[in-house]
Amino acid sequence: MSIEVKNITHIYSEGMPYESVALQDVSFSVADGEFVGIIGHTGSGKSTLVQHLNGLLKPKSGSIFIGDTDITGEKVLMRDIRRKIGLVFQYPEYQLFEETVHKDVAFGPNNLGLSEEETDHRVREAIGLVGLDYEELAERSPFELSGGQKRRVAIAGVIAMKPEVLILDEPTAGLDPRAHKEILDMIRSIHETEKNITFLISHNMNDIAALSDKVLVMEKGQIAMMGTPREVFSRGPELKEMGLALPPAAEFMNRMREKGCPAEASILTKEEALEALLLRLRVNREQVAQ
Amino acid sequence: MNLMETIIRIENLIFEYKREEELEVVRAIDNVSLEIPRGSFTAIIGRNGSGKSTLAKNLNALLLPTSGEIWIDGYNTRDPESLWQVRQRAGMVFQNPDNQLVSSIVEDDVAFGPENLAIPPDEIRKRVDESLKAVGMYEERKKAPHLLSGGQKQRIAIAGVVAMKPQCIILDEPTAMLDPRGREEVMAIMKKLHQEGITILLITHFMEEAAQAERVIIMDQGRICMDGTPEEIFARSREIRELSLDVPLPVELAEGLRENGIPVPRSIITTEEMVDYLCQLK
Repeated sequence: MSIEVKNITHIYSEGMPYESVALQDVSFSVADGEFVGIIGHTGSGKSTLVQHLNGLLKPKSGSIFIGDTDITGEKVLMRDIRRKIGLVFQYPEYQLFEETVHKDVAFGPNNLGLSEEETDHRVREAIGLVGLDYEELAERSPFELSGGQKRRVAIAGVIAMKPEVLILDEPTAGLDPRAHKEILDMIRSIHETEKNITFLISHNMNDIAALSDKVLVMEKGQIAMMGTPREVFSRGPELKEMGLALPPAAEFMNRMREKGCPAEASILTKEEALEALLLRLRVNREQVAQ
Repeated sequence: MNLMETIIRIENLIFEYKREEELEVVRAIDNVSLEIPRGSFTAIIGRNGSGKSTLAKNLNALLLPTSGEIWIDGYNTRDPESLWQVRQRAGMVFQNPDNQLVSSIVEDDVAFGPENLAIPPDEIRKRVDESLKAVGMYEERKKAPHLLSGGQKQRIAIAGVVAMKPQCIILDEPTAMLDPRGREEVMAIMKKLHQEGITILLITHFMEEAAQAERVIIMDQGRICMDGTPEEIFARSREIRELSLDVPLPVELAEGLRENGIPVPRSIITTEEMVDYLCQLK
């Protein structure tokens, strides 16, 4: 399955004094199984875009094909779209509400009208996929769990719907470094297991660089850049102009260039940065020795 | 100004709460003693559940000690008579700006605190204007907070605290929900307020932010396990990693270079220092 977004435009409060164009002629396509990072500062249109992908918003013009279905079409049932597309909002743990972890994760599948057996199977599978122990946690209240665990339970509730497309909005915000890394590993392993199209919206450029096949950069309701993480993050000055950050290693190299010392532009990780710095120092020394 | 004077004094603080169903007692703060000098800039880091936020809430009497004492500028937080002295001296800023703004107009929101102190209207007007200027939001004073960015909203929340003329501001992960630009804005405001003499206590998960403070305290399991200058703390990178915390990137790069025979001084911990060092190397 693939996604084809063609020329979508969305205007908030059309005809009103505060009318604003939230998306303007946005087009892109996503191949089956692709992992797409979306970056852009607050108000750039990221959230508006993903809300179109699961039918929460309809564009003024343009079309969105999820597989063969144009979800902007008149006859499309929202229920079918939402079954295909799982959206995990920011701070999803605030949406937990059931008495037990099992019941919370089962809420979605139950609403799909699945058999009790199938629901039970999916709940166990989803809890396993988010890296929690079903036997240990299933009958506990989700509210007694740690912050990182709560977030996993909330994500399991979406995974249990078996969405063909998974959208994650800032899934690591507010977590400490260990919980952050655990959630990141979890996202990677879900993607490897389910092989579904995944969208990750994040301000954490390290996460975007580490996971994405393709990065979309949103600016003023339009796609300002699209490419591999290496392509996108080597354009440091342009990203900064938009108020965006780089992965810390790329930022570091960028700062060196700003100070007028030569440093590679296509660095993404600290390992690469270290290697590039050592190489530069060695070359300098050899030149001095000669 | 006497820099050695203590504004916050914590003596043998223990804080316990009961887990609802099991009636099990959890000790969130386990015998912490600490002195914060007036005018200092301290960062507190630690894992989720290490006791950082509980400590912060004890400082302005949102929570009261199970045992031990806390004095803010000489006022004991346990004394109901001095509650408003404590809260006026130690202002709090929380993670989510949306939960802290109460009015539909920016300047009304900033005036909310001083109004509750029964300050005369002229003085309130003056304080609101000054506070908004201090956080660079004076131009937006007539706007509705919900139309502002996360970083701007957080600056309004800070202005609301500044308008109370506090001596100390405690910020509990104020940048966690912000985009990179918003984080920079808020960090710049904290530094500016510090330069103006306000004591800053910053709780954060971002090590690069902690590296910019004068003092770093690491909490683990309700206790203080490290306390020192950023240079001292981040030199102990192995222990920091054992606590499941990160080390700032420049520190990691410096370590990597040292392992390869390049004698990077241990005092280098911020990006700026490291870039300067590398650029002068031949």
